[in-house]
Amino acid sequence: MSTQAAIPVIQRGSLALTLRRLGRDPAIIAALVFIVLVVLFALSAPWISALTGHSAIEQYRDTGLSEMGLPVAPNAEFLFGTDHLGRDVLVRLAYGAQVSLTVGVLAAVVAALIGITVGMVAGYFGGWVDTVLSRAMDLVMSVPFLLCALALVSVFGPSLSLSIGVIVFFSWTTMGRVIRGQMMSLRRQEFVEASRSLGAGPLSIMFIDILPNLSVPIIVYTTMMIPGSIVFEATLSFLGMGIVPPAPSWGGMLADAAGNSLYLVASWLVLIPGLALLFTTLAFNILGDGLRDALDPRGRPVRRKPK
Amino acid sequence: MIRYLLGRVAFGALILLTLSMFVFFLFFVAPGDPARMVAGDKATETQLIQIRTNLGLDRPIHEQYLSFLGKAVTGDLGFSYRNQQPVAKLIFNRLPATLSLVVGGVLVWLAVGIPIGIMSARHPGAVRDRLGQGFILIGLSFPTFVLGMMSLYLFYFLPRQSGFMLFPAGGFKPFLPNPAIWAWHLILPWTTLALTTAAVYARLTRGQMLEVMGEDYIRTARAKGLSERKVVWKHGMRATLTPLATQLGADIALLLGGAIVIEQVYGLQGVGALAVQAVANQDRPIIIGVVLLGGLFIVVANIIVDIAYVLLDPRVR
Repeated sequence: MSTQAAIPVIQRGSLALTLRRLGRDPAIIAALVFIVLVVLFALSAPWISALTGHSAIEQYRDTGLSEMGLPVAPNAEFLFGTDHLGRDVLVRLAYGAQVSLTVGVLAAVVAALIGITVGMVAGYFGGWVDTVLSRAMDLVMSVPFLLCALALVSVFGPSLSLSIGVIVFFSWTTMGRVIRGQMMSLRRQEFVEASRSLGAGPLSIMFIDILPNLSVPIIVYTTMMIPGSIVFEATLSFLGMGIVPPAPSWGGMLADAAGNSLYLVASWLVLIPGLALLFTTLAFNILGDGLRDALDPRGRPVRRKPK
Repeated sequence: MIRYLLGRVAFGALILLTLSMFVFFLFFVAPGDPARMVAGDKATETQLIQIRTNLGLDRPIHEQYLSFLGKAVTGDLGFSYRNQQPVAKLIFNRLPATLSLVVGGVLVWLAVGIPIGIMSARHPGAVRDRLGQGFILIGLSFPTFVLGMMSLYLFYFLPRQSGFMLFPAGGFKPFLPNPAIWAWHLILPWTTLALTTAAVYARLTRGQMLEVMGEDYIRTARAKGLSERKVVWKHGMRATLTPLATQLGADIALLLGGAIVIEQVYGLQGVGALAVQAVANQDRPIIIGVVLLGGLFIVVANIIVDIAYVLLDPRVR
């Protein structure tokens, strides 16, 4: 008998394995940490406001503007400086983070749900149902969305709910196509046949048998849709078609900075919200790529030895 | 083959028809009286009635739509509510700026994206691949207008502060008489438009190349002694062209939308800027016109891609 203790064999579930694979890449860890920080930053907006004593929309004309009426650079009172109306950029950035994250996540989730439903129905039933739904997806995909958003905003006026609606309407098709493709191959598998022979109806097969098999593309593509939605919202706000001022949003802050080319003399007005926007979308993109590789090791590009 | 192309043209017509119905009915149900928008606040009731008759606003909606459609086919898009100028002419005057931006942008993003993708794919895992992938990630994440504002700050404002003019702040100069001035004003807008999209092409090229370079016919090409450059550009690229053409079609289709943001950042008086002003002014005929032009872009892009397919992929013929 050996006196050495046997090396314990640990059984790891797929979740543990996925987390291990995710944890191996420092870029993914950094992205995750950044996302957590942005979420905390957004959540602590009221607290930041209380701590600095500045509200997001109040104009501090005495302390926040120079004698010439120009915004003041970052200093002890205004950590991130002020904007053209003497408002505190730090507080506005925090409240703007709430908008960006809410719109980004909400629009991505709603669009994902629609895409999953349409994709599953199209892929499962095939035939004319598939033809109609696929053509509908083609049609939505080939509509000039920014122009249509423009037309919609000119009629209904800009608002948060309209922004979300527009983003959802023009972004569910990606998910729809992916799920449809997966569904087409999954519905021919034996386990579906088995379920059907046990008397399961289409709804039960689709949601109980097949849906769990789609969790990987659903998680990956929903994550990847979040940065797209965040940029879309920021673009709408930048063009004055998103969040209604004076409510703060990152796109709106950049639009204010662009007005009169003010940011050329007050670079923090573009650097701070611009980098916040860039790093947030970058973090979500890195996370999405990482999730794809970690959840589906087969999809990893084969590394060949360099010649 | 003819049938295939005819089907695609029919789909293009369907897109245009759907779009025209969408905007037309959208504005029909929209609040606000168009006659009031034309005449202004001081107009009397008789003037308003007169305008409604002139514009055909008193007729039933389907008649209005059909008459609008009939005129639109011949290029008559009605008149601006603001200055009574023909919409087609207003848009046409703005086309040079937008087309210059868009065509140059496409060329730059192809010229940047494809080589980066190839470089990345030829050295998988190496430093060059990592750089390429970094470019792809940052390009995909960079919001266009943020990139635009930052480039203006770096390449216009900072040099100007130190006393020389590297690039102008924006504005559009016509191609003639001096193409150099035209290009000089467009370099920053082109790069801004191109860099974010180039990332998409780099990723697509990289993925396709990685797959293709393991194929037998590539080994054959190498075995018969072709230079690596020829193997990559002649045999490897061939297989990536079809997915690239698909992507290009989709991107050209949406270019007019992308141009709006760039025109806004660089103060180019193009079609996109016209649309943004029209939204601010509630000038509906212009919005309808621009949306239809966007639809036309899509149809044309689709047809170009379909022809490209036929040329690239003998199996379609």
